[in-house]
Amino acid sequence: MAANEFAPWEDPQAKPLIRFRNVTKRFGEFTAIDNITLDIYAQEFFALLGPSGCGKTTMMRMLAGFENLTEGVIELDGVDVGNVAPNKRAVNMMFQSYALFPHLTVWENIAFGLRRAKMPAADLTNRVEEMLKLTRLERFSSRKPHQISGGQRQRVALARSLAKAPKLLLLDEPLGALDKKLRQETQFELMDIQEKTGTTFVIVTHDQEEAMTVASRVAVMDEGNLMQVATPDRIYENPNSVYVADFIGDVNLIKGTAKSIGEGQYQINWMESLPPLNAKSSLPLSDGQSCHLAIRPEKVAINAEKPEGAVNAVQGKVLDIAYLGNLSTYYVQLADGTIIKAQTANTRRISRRSFTWEDPVWLSWTATAGVLLES
Amino acid sequence: MRRFLLIAVPYAWLLVLFLVPFLIVLKISLSDAALARPPYTPHFEWAEGVWAFFSQLDFENFVFLTSDSLYWKAYLGSLQIALISTVFTLLIGYPIAYGMARAPEEWRPTLMMLVILPFWTSFLIRVYAWMGILSKEGFLNQFLLWSGIINEPLVILNTNTAVYIGIVYTYLPFMILPVYAALDRMDGSLIEAAEDLGCSRLTAFWLVTIPLSRNGIVAGCFLVFIPAMGEFVIPSLLGGSRTLMIGKVLWEEFFSNRDWPVASAVAVVLLLILIVPIMLFQRNQQKQAEAEQ
Amino acid sequence: MRLSWFNVVSLTFGFVFLYLPMIILVIYSFNKSKLVTVWAGFSTKWYGELLQNEAFLNAAWVTLKVAVISSTFATILGTMAAYVLVRSGRFFGRTLFSGMIYAPLVMPEVITGLSLLLLFIGIGMDRGVMTVVLAHTTFSMCYVSVVVSSRLFTFDQSLEEAALDLGCSPAQAFRLVTLPIIAPAVISGWLLAFTLSLDDLVIATFTTGPSATTLPIKIYSAVRLGVSPEINALSTLMIAVVTIGVILASLVSKRNVANKRREELAAVRAE
Repeated sequence: MAANEFAPWEDPQAKPLIRFRNVTKRFGEFTAIDNITLDIYAQEFFALLGPSGCGKTTMMRMLAGFENLTEGVIELDGVDVGNVAPNKRAVNMMFQSYALFPHLTVWENIAFGLRRAKMPAADLTNRVEEMLKLTRLERFSSRKPHQISGGQRQRVALARSLAKAPKLLLLDEPLGALDKKLRQETQFELMDIQEKTGTTFVIVTHDQEEAMTVASRVAVMDEGNLMQVATPDRIYENPNSVYVADFIGDVNLIKGTAKSIGEGQYQINWMESLPPLNAKSSLPLSDGQSCHLAIRPEKVAINAEKPEGAVNAVQGKVLDIAYLGNLSTYYVQLADGTIIKAQTANTRRISRRSFTWEDPVWLSWTATAGVLLES
Repeated sequence: MRRFLLIAVPYAWLLVLFLVPFLIVLKISLSDAALARPPYTPHFEWAEGVWAFFSQLDFENFVFLTSDSLYWKAYLGSLQIALISTVFTLLIGYPIAYGMARAPEEWRPTLMMLVILPFWTSFLIRVYAWMGILSKEGFLNQFLLWSGIINEPLVILNTNTAVYIGIVYTYLPFMILPVYAALDRMDGSLIEAAEDLGCSRLTAFWLVTIPLSRNGIVAGCFLVFIPAMGEFVIPSLLGGSRTLMIGKVLWEEFFSNRDWPVASAVAVVLLLILIVPIMLFQRNQQKQAEAEQ
Repeated sequence: MRLSWFNVVSLTFGFVFLYLPMIILVIYSFNKSKLVTVWAGFSTKWYGELLQNEAFLNAAWVTLKVAVISSTFATILGTMAAYVLVRSGRFFGRTLFSGMIYAPLVMPEVITGLSLLLLFIGIGMDRGVMTVVLAHTTFSMCYVSVVVSSRLFTFDQSLEEAALDLGCSPAQAFRLVTLPIIAPAVISGWLLAFTLSLDDLVIATFTTGPSATTLPIKIYSAVRLGVSPEINALSTLMIAVVTIGVILASLVSKRNVANKRREELAAVRAE
């Protein structure tokens, strides 16, 4: 790994910008956040990802100061911010609804926070112009929020929350209100702006694709707990639990029992009538321990004949084909009814599909293709 | 601290100027009338203690209300007039609200404004306008005589009929608006669905439109009935000496007879009568608010 | 949608019923004859006499004074009460508070008037403009708070949070963000309070003293004796003011809504 790569979380000397220490939040009987400890470093683009109700928005609102903690400490730059009011925190937030002030122009919206900080007029003008330029809104500065489009409003909200140069910017589903195409363009714009300004971003989203695209690290949450905190590629390739594997992307989950056959080598017995599967894993599993093998569909090869020398090969017939344009996903049913998905890239424009419904096929994958997970 | 002030100021205002006056009325209604001014003996000395306070109160004034037929006749009269005028207001208001809801989209704001406009116009003036129409030489009699429908002028002013007309007229917008709101929310395709399933227009109206506008009808009826019960201006200007309504009796008891304890007792009983419809009204509103969420 | 004949008839009759009495009143205010029911030709002399009538002018002045002061207080208190109802969550005595907000809306005026009078006598307060103002403020603040709270219910709370987030104190957030946005509701609350106060006869009669006769009290004592051409003229003036005001207000708001919609469409198309 290159030494200059940005990965402060791997450096034990690095000081985190934000520390959650044993943070718990309860609303009456309901525990929204359950004893979470988490470090976020300066200049990170950190994503909180999870289904609605998982507690990600509560995490963000605690950082902004709109919710009090029930237990634990949140530190910003080494200072406990538990009792600091939202208007006294060096943290700004971009709201899901954008929360643009409808009675103020774009210019006045962006200047709003600077005015509260009593910035001198000349500096203020410069700063607002700078923000307008950064978000390409110069032409719209004198418009009111209802006179601009959804994408432009999103950029005003971003400019307004960045104007005070906060240590930390919180983004609550920032792209949720945009249509798909605009959303993809805006993702890159967000990353670009994050890099240019060097601000730490914490984004809340339920869209895994968005989290994977923009974030330096992703925290997958469920029911008030952190399930896994890691870089997007590790989350995808090395999920640490069935939940994460299933939540991120498409996956085949095969349940079985492990049997060690050497250093980091396991055989998985999963069906009496079929030979065991082979998998490599650093996970210490005892013999007979039940486990899941998670394999991404694109790592499963599909062939008409049994491939020679394949460590894992199973036979089935094509049950369904989902044509996605760039990809095709085959749903292959094994003899006992189990369905395994295999994905192939459609790299040629005009080619006959190799397989069709009811065709008998062989599925194969390598020993390192899947991830072994404890059940 | 700010939050405390924000709550405390309007709270204190309402306590002092709404709740406390109310308790005073309750207390006076339980006191004896006296000839001295103020015309009641204040039945309260802290020194005597709470027990003495309660032991001195009596229901004499309430007993008096039941002994004099004037009062219960007035309560019944109010009830009767309020009920009948509510029914008439509904019968007249519903078709108007229905017509508005079925009118072309671009007319509706104008029609709405035409219904709301009388709200902003003085109540007193709107009642007064009918005095000129209903009097013996009034516009209505002139018109009827001229058209040959009658030979003798009708006596309408200073009768109960005039009171009905006055109440229906002044409270009509209170009926139209909630009914219109309910009808306006209704999905027009429901009627088409009902007709498609074999209803005639009339049965579709009866089986679909009426039940779906029920909340509006109930709200409108309460909005007419409750204030009509305590109405004073209309019976006093349009009614006659034989029109017995409790608002008028209370007024006279207070200003003419100067019997404050009895006037207070009249007020307490009127409020007790109104508590039931007020509660029902609140529940209807709450249910409707919940249904909308 | 096509209007059926039934709807046309009910609308026509309904609006004739609503407006004919007032139209007749207005027409007869221009009647030359003292006998209000006999048309004797067009004249504006009753308007002239009205303007000479000191008693009416005084009463009008008192009424205006009471209405302006009481509706202003009512708007401040009512807006506070609405904010408390919608935003303050739970506090001791919340149920009593909301009960006291809604009860005056359905309370018969005779009871409100009587109870306030007994209070003023009880604390030995001289009755006059002051007591009428207190009484009017109390019942119209409830109307204001109903109007304002219905606006606050639909108010996007993240706007206030955004203001706090950008460095406002709660008071600044209210002044710079909440108030400008709910201003139309606050203004209509004020107008409602103003007209309620202008219109009120019963409560004013109970709570006023000899020094402060309001216009409704004056009109009432005049019309008890029968229809008078001067009152017709006065009524016409009041109807005219209200009508012009309401029509202007609705034209302005209609134009604003249309403008806003057009600009929104333009913004979407320009994308």
